[in-house]
Amino acid sequence: MKLTINGKSVNVDAPADMPLLWVLRDEIGMKGTKFGCGVAQCGACTVHLDGQPVRACVTPVGSVGARHVTTVEGLSATAEGNAVRAAWEALDVAQCGYCQAGQMMAATGLLLRNPRPSDADIDAAMQGNFCRCSTYKRIRAAIKTAAGIDPSDRREV
Amino acid sequence: MTTRRELLLSLGATSAGALVLGFGFATGAGAAARPLPPASSGRGAADRARLGNYVMITADGSVTLYARNPEMGQGSKTLLPMLIAEELDADWDRVKVEYAPADAKRYEAQYAGGSMSVPDNWEPMRRVGAAARAVLVEAAARRWQADAGALVTERGFVIDRASGRKLGYGELAAEAARLPLPDPKTLTLKAPATFTILGKSHRSVDTSAILDGRPLYGIDTVVPGMKYAVYVKSPVPGARLKRADFAAARSMPGVEQVFAVEGVTPGASEQIGLARGLAPGIAIVGRNWWQVNRARTALAAEWDDAFGAEHDSEAYDARARKLLDGSGETRRQKGQVEQALAGATTVVESVYETPWLPHLTLEPQNCTARPTASGVEIWAPSQFPNDGRELVAATLGLPLDEVTVHMVRCGGGFGRRIMNDYMVEAAVIARRAKAPVKLLWAREDDVAHDYYRPGNYHRLRAGLDGAGRVVAYAVHGVSFSRGGKPVNGGEIGLDAAPGLLVPNFRLEQSLIPTILPTGWLRAPADNSLAFVHESFWDELAVAAKRDPLQFRLDHMRASFAHPIADPTEEGEPPYDVRRAAAVLERVAERSGWGRQSTPKGVGLGVATYFSHRGYVAQVAKVRVRADGDWHVEKIWVVADVGPIILNPTTAHAQVEGAVIEGVGQLTGEIRFERGRAVQANLTDFRLMRMPAAPEVDVHFLLTDNPPTGLGEPALPPALAAVSNAIFAACGARVRALPLTAQKIMAARTDVQHAG
Repeated sequence: MKLTINGKSVNVDAPADMPLLWVLRDEIGMKGTKFGCGVAQCGACTVHLDGQPVRACVTPVGSVGARHVTTVEGLSATAEGNAVRAAWEALDVAQCGYCQAGQMMAATGLLLRNPRPSDADIDAAMQGNFCRCSTYKRIRAAIKTAAGIDPSDRREV
Repeated sequence: MTTRRELLLSLGATSAGALVLGFGFATGAGAAARPLPPASSGRGAADRARLGNYVMITADGSVTLYARNPEMGQGSKTLLPMLIAEELDADWDRVKVEYAPADAKRYEAQYAGGSMSVPDNWEPMRRVGAAARAVLVEAAARRWQADAGALVTERGFVIDRASGRKLGYGELAAEAARLPLPDPKTLTLKAPATFTILGKSHRSVDTSAILDGRPLYGIDTVVPGMKYAVYVKSPVPGARLKRADFAAARSMPGVEQVFAVEGVTPGASEQIGLARGLAPGIAIVGRNWWQVNRARTALAAEWDDAFGAEHDSEAYDARARKLLDGSGETRRQKGQVEQALAGATTVVESVYETPWLPHLTLEPQNCTARPTASGVEIWAPSQFPNDGRELVAATLGLPLDEVTVHMVRCGGGFGRRIMNDYMVEAAVIARRAKAPVKLLWAREDDVAHDYYRPGNYHRLRAGLDGAGRVVAYAVHGVSFSRGGKPVNGGEIGLDAAPGLLVPNFRLEQSLIPTILPTGWLRAPADNSLAFVHESFWDELAVAAKRDPLQFRLDHMRASFAHPIADPTEEGEPPYDVRRAAAVLERVAERSGWGRQSTPKGVGLGVATYFSHRGYVAQVAKVRVRADGDWHVEKIWVVADVGPIILNPTTAHAQVEGAVIEGVGQLTGEIRFERGRAVQANLTDFRLMRMPAAPEVDVHFLLTDNPPTGLGEPALPPALAAVSNAIFAACGARVRALPLTAQKIMAARTDVQHAG
């Protein structure tokens, strides 16, 4: 079958029920998208289908069709993705870094549909992305930095 | 602090004329460690592998520094080379960092654990940098026939200020490599005030690779011809296989090999992953991991697991409560506890319970192994790669030299990757399959075969005199044993206040035998003990009708005249109550303790703890809702880890992460039935996620003490600070974790008034 990944057409020979995650990682050899749980609970495998964040570990490759797949390797193709990557770098968000590809994909998905998210918007969009190192403080600030808004935590304290 | 080990340096040159600097440790008189031989042949990577360099400077001026310890997010792969670069006066922006090979002979123990990278490396790594700088300066002095003492170094250049001459390190490398090395003891290290690299924030050397999604972690390793594998084991640890449908698994798509592995039983009190051993299981090997993992369901494996029947969380709870009604084995005591309790004006008694916890590193356990003619080559995300190498050699019966281990970045560690069980499994499977194999555990394997933080149970009794001073402190802790010995990670101790400050003190311990694997979870022992004792401190303050922060300070100040001399662990610095008081005073200032008015349903709580050589005090602000659900709004943290914060961005990140992880531990729990974990995947845990993560205010109190690590000490106080704040908010004192809304509703005293 034919997939469009980060703007390029890729031919893949894989069973239709194989999750997109394993097609990306083991069939195509793109290791940026991570495996964490296999049951859509951690968000480490977040990619975009036509700009919408999805969990690649529960997305059968046969269901992708003509939709465009964007992975962390293609994150910088959009202005939003570029801004997210720059903010992640500037704020030194990553600790172990394993979840951050998924975090950045989820954050970019948020900014694509909501360029000025509130703290509540960030909570809602990011709660499916687990960070075992608990870098949440910097993720929150980095999303706001990427959006060009005041990065301080506006929740009640 | 002077290191007990002597630094041995060796200098050499590669055939291409690069300066290479290696060193080893001699651990005492007559130690067998030898300086590494200078290289005279070979080139490039071969030289590096053989020499175990820390520094390589090539003719083009490029500087490569080798990071000796594993990286799991704590920052050592960046910080240890920063220590070298500082004294070398290298240009940090152009320095290249690579992992050192895992080889204890050349690098001594290379490990990530115990928050020890800073204390272990602070001085030796700077001496390496200083030695390399010294020979470069000497080479320039000889070339110019100048006085070496008059030359200075800056960002990769030796400079003669008098004449304005300068030479790049690359231009000097070949000459420098032929010079005799200075005696490390004669090297003068910089005064911290003159540091240009340390003390300033430098992001991780792996940042770009992480953000661009480049292959970096163990799970990303690719070896030509590599197969993928799962290893199916009994849910009851160590059970042998009774039967399985191998043919059905072999017929599944993508599957190439299915075979049983007998297993190697470790000694009675020992654990697989730490001692020679291997769990019995079934390996499924094939061309794609998802396919081999799916094939496991076809096995319908049955295990000889009846021995697990009695190992039940409920049975453990019942047994512990019974043990707490009696007395345990006395581990430490001073003064006359019973007499002091009998004479006390008020006696407070409470029972605390903490659950078992999983590690849940986000990168599941994995290891890539390639069989060689007479051994095996391994790529493993491990916190203790040298130990893993020795385990593989011992378990497979291979000479150590035939086992090569490459360090790869760990997607989290938290203590789980101290155990190298998956390294042994991958080595065995690859040798049996006669192919390079990447073993990857499913998340369900990771939850079922963790080395859990064991739970514990405490009965605490304390006596207060008429003036509200604690005069007696009696602790009975129940933990677990394996083969008659206390389990790893379940230590019952008391290394800090309040026990150490009280004139009459006793610590008793009882043990429950377990077959469940146990291990060290970030800030091991302290992550539960701080909750227990710092919650109880709060109860004592309430009983004394005192402010809980002031109550702690008063007891600490009263102890200033009596320094506590006995460290509880050999080689560890003893508890310094003045440092403990200072962080508490500072956190009171920063949080507005006593000056902040809180709305109804909101409370402030304080806790402080000394662990992993760091002193940390925290104040938590928590809102408890009408339904008992609670939210931590902010935590103020003050930490004393010495005179300088070596890499501030990482230091702040470690504290932020540790504190939020500590809050998350309040709701964590894993339970067991018939010797197997009840929980299976992330769906079964209440995880710390974005909406629940509080704001964290981090402040470092700089003191004139040796610099120490930050991976762990900020975690332990967080649990008690939050639970004490919940008490302040609504009157609920929850002594048994996990801290649920239900328990709060049952215990709260403000319920009629709750909005």
